[in-house]
Amino acid sequence: MTAEKVPVRAAGGVLADLSPKRDGHDLGWLAEARLNALEWVGKNGFPSRKDEDWKYTALDEILAVPFVAAGAGPGRRATLDLINKAAIDLGGPRLVFVNGHFSPEFSRLTGLPSGAVVTTLAAVLATSPDRLKPFLGHTPGEHHAFAAFNDVFAEDGAFIHLTNDTIVDDPIQLVFFSETEGVPLMTSPRSVIIADSGSRATIVETYAGFPGDVYCTNVVTEVVLAENARIEHYKVQNEPTTAFHLALLEVRQARNSQFASRSVMLGSSVARHEIRVLLGGVEAEVSLDGIYLPQGEQVHDNTIFVDHVAANCTSHQLYKGVLDDHGHGVFNGHIMVRHGADGTDANQKNKNLLLSDRAQVDTRPRLEIYTDDVKCTHGAAVGQMDDEALLYLRTRGLPLESARGLLVYAFVQEMVDRIELEPLRASLEALVSTRFGTAAHRAQQ
Amino acid sequence: MLKIKELHASIENKEILRGVNLDLKAGEVHAIMGPNGSGKSTLASVLIGRDGYDVSGSVTYEGQDLLALSPEERAAAGVFLAFQHPVEIPGVGNMYFMRTALNSLRRQRGQEELDAVDFLALAQERMKLVEMDQTFMSRSVNEGFSGGEKKRNEILQMAILEPKLAILDETDSGLDIDALRVVASGVNALRSEGRTMLVITHHQRLLDYIVPDFVHVMAAGQIVHSGDKDLALELEANGYAGLTPRSARVGASV
Ligand SMILES: Nc1ncnc2c1ncn2[C@@H]1O[C@H](COP(=O)(O)OP(=O)(O)O)[C@@H](O)[C@H]1O
Ligand SMILES: [Mg+2]
Repeated sequence: MTAEKVPVRAAGGVLADLSPKRDGHDLGWLAEARLNALEWVGKNGFPSRKDEDWKYTALDEILAVPFVAAGAGPGRRATLDLINKAAIDLGGPRLVFVNGHFSPEFSRLTGLPSGAVVTTLAAVLATSPDRLKPFLGHTPGEHHAFAAFNDVFAEDGAFIHLTNDTIVDDPIQLVFFSETEGVPLMTSPRSVIIADSGSRATIVETYAGFPGDVYCTNVVTEVVLAENARIEHYKVQNEPTTAFHLALLEVRQARNSQFASRSVMLGSSVARHEIRVLLGGVEAEVSLDGIYLPQGEQVHDNTIFVDHVAANCTSHQLYKGVLDDHGHGVFNGHIMVRHGADGTDANQKNKNLLLSDRAQVDTRPRLEIYTDDVKCTHGAAVGQMDDEALLYLRTRGLPLESARGLLVYAFVQEMVDRIELEPLRASLEALVSTRFGTAAHRAQQ
Repeated sequence: MLKIKELHASIENKEILRGVNLDLKAGEVHAIMGPNGSGKSTLASVLIGRDGYDVSGSVTYEGQDLLALSPEERAAAGVFLAFQHPVEIPGVGNMYFMRTALNSLRRQRGQEELDAVDFLALAQERMKLVEMDQTFMSRSVNEGFSGGEKKRNEILQMAILEPKLAILDETDSGLDIDALRVVASGVNALRSEGRTMLVITHHQRLLDYIVPDFVHVMAAGQIVHSGDKDLALELEANGYAGLTPRSARVGASV
């Protein structure tokens, strides 16, 4: 383990201590890209609440921890048993990363059709790094300091390439498990998913870690869909509440491609899941769903940017939050309809259920439209438990706690129902209902 | 089985029930009539344990202090209310809801729970009573149901939960004559020696179908008249104004 100190404090002085740890291993273009990313952070600093996209989530807690970049090497306490508990084995190809680095002993790469390349970023960096030029080489720090940090430190993650018309039936599972033994690691997984024309696959990303460990997952996943490609992307974020999670899912879509994202946010102290979708080809479709369930002192931030560049594209967003205790939820969804994106059909909906007086939600659906021929709707709702429904259930014999649990579960049920992968749905149903302190409530028969 | 004595209830310093006295014996069907706003629903609410009221007086149900119990404990003790305005619960399947309800009651009573298969058989049998078809069971509780369908769904719950004291609040409102017949025949089928009913309505019409043993008239938060089923007819003919206070006091149980 060759870990350098990365004191992630306000950018400036501390950056002198930082250098990309792969010095000497990277090709010229890559070494340069990493340095550029680092310099970008030096110049631009960390986002603050003055930034439109970071307005609601304070980063002080994260910036106060002297993180150390995670190197390769197995986490000693990670066992298959723990990993299977954190991420139900869906039976198909499964890549497990411990502290952001591929762990062959926990992984399985069987059952793939010949047109599907499923490997690791590290393997591609070692054998054909130039394939990564369009990804790791792009303008570093385009979005913010954390994405830039990922550019600086990314060494491993999944690399998936589906060639033309390849269909992968089994879901491809990516499990990111952290266990840091007292060292506050920052892991920087970087995954690249390339779906060539007409290809199809389902990807399931799960993030979890050793209970009580302090670390920060700073992940970037890039998905590029060629025409007619279809990708269904699931993400389950269930890191321990001592950990931080910062994620960027960047999606680029060509003509008539379809992308669906379903996100379930359960864990972390402060978690942010940012999705950026570029609808660059006509008639592309994207649907983004999510639930976030902050409780205790958790912060769950969902930041979304859907960029309608091409004409006749469709985008749907439905996010639901259940906020308990002192939990804080953020829905910051921005739809941009550019000049020329005629025939755009975009909608965005955010609904929240507050279970406590101290819980808080900031919801900000935003539409920015530069063309006339569009159909766009957006809406946000924040409500409390329906007392009348609660009484109704109790008069039918349900004890108060079960009645509450049932109503909360009913609120998120429609989201869970959208998960088509049966074993994943069942496991999430159990996770979510445990969260609400009720026995598994399958409210619809 | 139910003895209500000098029951007062107020909300935000507004007194709504102003000394209600009633005595219901096992197996009897009592009707409470009275104009809108006289406090009928409030009485039902206090009996099932809705909070927000300042309550005084006493309600003894099978020897226990009913007012001391939570709504779910009252349900487990056999108290049921068919709501005047049944609540829509999006996301909760009707079938699942009723099975959970029945099993919650059974658990509180120390009885074995019914599994999905046994429950389905029971539900199908009881659905016939109110001529409801299975499609309603797979929808969310009351969501998008018409007024009449909601009322039928209430009676179906009563048929499944088999309460000892059933309070029906305006179960006839919003029903056309055919639906009224269906609902009433469902209710009649559930009349039994061990089941007491309190039927709240402001239409005499319902009482042609569900013939009560006793009729009470409520006005301004009090029972002002009690009689047998003929009192309802008298009311129909002369209106509430035609009755002088307590003039027609018949009814052995008052
Ligand atoms: N929550 C409440 N707050 C204030 N007044 C109420 C409330 N509920 C009922 N009332 C009032 O109490 C009176 C009796 O209402 P209710 O019991 O619903 O009458 P009924 O069922 O006989 O039509 C009415 O004047 C009504 O406006
Ligand atoms: Mg009423």
